Amino acid sequence: MKKFWALFFWFWPLVALWLCAVAPANNWWFPSPPLSTLGHQIDGLFYLILIIVTVTFVGTQFALGYALWKGAVKEPSGKAWFSHGSHKLEIIWTIVPAFILVFISLTQLDVLAEIRVLSNFPKEARNAPVAEVMARQFEWRIRYPKPGTQLMTEPRPGDLYYVNEVHVPATQPTMINLRTQDVQHAFFVPRLRVKQDAVPGLIIPVWFEIEKAGEYELLCAELCGWGHYKMKARIIAETPEQVQAYLARLEQEQNDDGVADEQSSQ
Amino acid sequence: MATITPALDTHTHDDHAHGHGHHEQSFISKYVFSTDHKVIGIQFLITTILMLMVGGALALAVRWQLAFPWENMPIIGRLFGLFQTEGGQISPEFYTMLFTMHASVMIFLVIIPVLAGAFGNFLIPLQIGADDMAFPVLNMLSYWFMWPAILCFGISFVAGGATAGPGNGWTSYPVLSDIASAAPGSGAAQTWWLFGLTLVGVSSMMGSVNYMTTIINMRAPGMTLFRMPLTIWSMFITAILQAFALPVLTAAGFMLVFDRLHELLPTSIHSGFFIPSGLVVNNAAPTVGGGQPLLWQHLFWFYSHPAVYIMLLPAMGMVSDMLSCMSRKPVFGYKPMVYSMAAIAGLGFIVWGHHMFTSGMNPALGMTFMTSTMMIALPSAIKVFNWIGTIWDGNIQFNAVFLNCAAFVALFIVGGLSGIFMAAVPVDIYFHDTYFIVAHFHYVLFGATLFGVFAGIQFWFPKMFGRLMSDRVQKVHFVLTFIGMNGTFFPMHLLGIAGMPRRYADPYLHGYLEHLLPMNQFMTISAIVMGCAQFLLLGNFFYSIFRGEKCGRNPWQANGLEWSAPSPPGHGNFDVPPVCYRGPYEYSSPEAEALGQDFILQTSPPPAGVVRTAVAHH
Repeated sequence: MKKFWALFFWFWPLVALWLCAVAPANNWWFPSPPLSTLGHQIDGLFYLILIIVTVTFVGTQFALGYALWKGAVKEPSGKAWFSHGSHKLEIIWTIVPAFILVFISLTQLDVLAEIRVLSNFPKEARNAPVAEVMARQFEWRIRYPKPGTQLMTEPRPGDLYYVNEVHVPATQPTMINLRTQDVQHAFFVPRLRVKQDAVPGLIIPVWFEIEKAGEYELLCAELCGWGHYKMKARIIAETPEQVQAYLARLEQEQNDDGVADEQSSQ
Repeated sequence: MATITPALDTHTHDDHAHGHGHHEQSFISKYVFSTDHKVIGIQFLITTILMLMVGGALALAVRWQLAFPWENMPIIGRLFGLFQTEGGQISPEFYTMLFTMHASVMIFLVIIPVLAGAFGNFLIPLQIGADDMAFPVLNMLSYWFMWPAILCFGISFVAGGATAGPGNGWTSYPVLSDIASAAPGSGAAQTWWLFGLTLVGVSSMMGSVNYMTTIINMRAPGMTLFRMPLTIWSMFITAILQAFALPVLTAAGFMLVFDRLHELLPTSIHSGFFIPSGLVVNNAAPTVGGGQPLLWQHLFWFYSHPAVYIMLLPAMGMVSDMLSCMSRKPVFGYKPMVYSMAAIAGLGFIVWGHHMFTSGMNPALGMTFMTSTMMIALPSAIKVFNWIGTIWDGNIQFNAVFLNCAAFVALFIVGGLSGIFMAAVPVDIYFHDTYFIVAHFHYVLFGATLFGVFAGIQFWFPKMFGRLMSDRVQKVHFVLTFIGMNGTFFPMHLLGIAGMPRRYADPYLHGYLEHLLPMNQFMTISAIVMGCAQFLLLGNFFYSIFRGEKCGRNPWQANGLEWSAPSPPGHGNFDVPPVCYRGPYEYSSPEAEALGQDFILQTSPPPAGVVRTAVAHH
C-alpha cells in the first residue's frame, strides 16, 4: 500500500503531461496560431516559459515521488535521516532559480515596451488611429472619422458609426482608440493575442498589425454586468482599398435620406 | 514569566486539567460566548466547514451552467421556485451572483477564517505554551463579528430580489459596483455585500492584533523565536500582513459605500471617489464627478494581494509541522523556511500591480511589478525544495495527514509554476481574465491551502476532542478529492490557453469556444465527485467528535508543546506550566534515541546537569 501512494504521486503528473501533449491535436490549445506581429512574440515568450516550467514540473514532481518511494521501501524499523538541512543546497536552490526568474523577466521587457509604450508604437499607426471603439453594455460602437479626415477625440459631424464590426486594414500597423461609455470592459481579440481594458474616463490607444485578411472574434474580457458573455463582435481585416470602399458605402448609407430611393421607384 | 519553576515531571497523566481552582461555567459562557481560545478556534472551524459546503454548492451551480448552459437546474431550480419565469434555468444575472458569492464565501468566510481564525486561535497559545490569548474578550468578539458579516452576505442574496444578488465579482470593480443602474445586483445587494466585507475585516483585525501580541509576549520560558514551530511563524507573519494591509481595504470599502449610500438611504452623502464624469450607464443621467476607477483597483489589490498570502502562509507553516512529524525528521532548512515566509510577506506588498497588467496603468509600472512578481516565486521555490528535503529519507507514516500534506506540495508546485506565465506581462495580456487564471488560483487556494487544512483538521483533531478521526475514511476522502480536484481544475489551464474568458454565463455563444463543451462537462462531473466527497469529511468530523477512538496526549508522537497538554486541554491549557528546552523538530535525534524513541517533546528536559544552566540562562 505504501508503494501505491508513491506511485500515485508519480502517476498523476504523467497524466497531466499526457493531457498537455495531446491538447493541440484535440484543439484544446490556442484558437489559432497568432495572426499578428505582436502575437508571434507573445507566443514565443509563452513557449519559452512553457519549456522552463515543464522541466521544473517534471523535476520537482519526480523528486517528490522519489522521496515518497524511498520512504515506502524503507524497512519498518528503519531510521530516518537526522538532518537539519544543508547550507550548500540552500545556496544552490536559491541562486539557480533566481537567475532563471531574472532571465525570464528580462526577456519580457522589449515586447512589453513594444505593446504598451506609446512612443514605441509604429509612427504611421500612432499618427492616424483608424477608429474609436466605444464599449457599452453590451455592445461595441465603432466611430470612424469622415473619410479624408483625422479621428478627433470628440465626435464630429460626418463621422461614421457602426456596431459590433470593425473594419481595419491588414498587413499594416493599425491603431484604435479604446473607450467605454459606461462601466469597465476589455477589448479581447484571442487570435491576435490583443487585450486591453477600457476604463471609464480614459482613452487608451491599442495597436496591432494583422498578418492575414479575414475575420477575427472580438469579445469582452472584463466583467461588465449580466450580459458580459454576449458582447460578441468581429474585426474584419482587408486590404486598405476594401476598407476605403467599406467606409464609402457606410457614408452613403448614413447620409441616405431615402428620398432618392423613393423617386427612382416611382 | 521569570517566576516559573521548572517542573521536571511533565508527564503527569493527571486528569485534573488545571491545578488552580476554577469555578464552573454556565453552558453559554463555556460554549457560546466563550473566551477560551480553544472553544473559539473550534467555533471558527465548524462555522468555516459549514460555509465550505455553502461555497461549494454555489460553485457546483456555476459548473452546472458551464456544462449544461440554460438547462433546468436540478433540485434547486424546482425546490425554491426561484426561476419560475425562466422555467427553472439559471438567468445570466443569477450566474454573476453565483460566481461572486462563491468567491466571497470561500475567501472571506472559509479560507481566511479557517486558517487564522480556527487554526490560529486553537494552536497559538498551545504551541507557544500560553494559557490563553493575550486579549480573550477581543478574541471572542473576533468570532462573533463573523456572524453579522455572514448575516450581511445573507441579506445581500435577497436585498435586491431573489435573482439579483451581488454580481460584480469578489473584486467589485467600479463603476459597475458603484452605480445602482449598472447591473441588477449593483443596488442594495452590493451595499450589503460591502457591509459584510467590512465586518469580516473587523473580525480579522481583532484576531490579528491578538495573535501578534500573544506570540510576542506570552511564549513559555525557553520558547525563543527560533524554537517556535513554523506554524507559529506563519501565523505571526500572517497577522502582520493583516494588520498592515487590511486598513487599506476597509478604507476603500467605505469610499465605495459613500459613493453609493444615497441609493440606500435618504442622505446627502454622495461622494464620487471612483466615478468619472460624463458616463451614461444604462441610459441613466450622465454621471457627475471626477473620480478614478483605477484607484479602487490599486487600493483593493494592495490588500487583496497580501491577502492571497494570508490565505496560504498559515497552511505552509502547518504543513511543515505535519510533514516533519509524519516523516519523523526535522524540517529541512528551518531558518530558510522562516526567511522565505518573511520574504513572501515583504514582497507580497509590492506585487499588487500584476492584477492590473491590462488595466491601462503606466507600462513602466507594469515592468516593475513584473520583476517583483517574478522574484516572489523564489521564496516559494525555496519552500518547495525544503519540503521535499524534509520528506527525503524519512521514516514516512503513510496516513491521510501525510498524504494531504504531500498533495499540498505537489499541487502548490502546479499553482506556483502557472503563476510564472501570468507574471510575464506580454504572456499575461493573453491569459488575463481567462480560465488560465482560474486554474492558477484554484491550484493555490484549493490544491495547496485546502489540502493543508484537511491534513490539519485530522492532525489536531485529537487535541481538540480527545479522539481520533478515522484514517481510512480520510484516505478515501483524500483520493476522491485529489482526483476530483485535478479533474476539475487541470483542464482549466487548457481552456485558458484556448482563450475562454472567465465569468461568462454562456461561452459557447462564441464559435471558437463551442468545441470546449464536452471538456466542461467532464470538469463538472469531476466537481460533483469532489463536492460529494466532502460529505465524508463532514461525516467523519462530526461522528468522531462523539464516537472516534479515544487517544492520549500525544497520539502522533510529535514534539510540540501542545502535545504535552491533556487531550483536550482544560481551561488554562497546561496542567504543568511548560518550559521549552529545544526546537520543535528534533525527530530521530540522538537525544531522542537515548530515550528509546524517535521524538522528543519540547518540554522534555535534558539530562539533570544541563537543566539548571538552561533555566538560569533564561
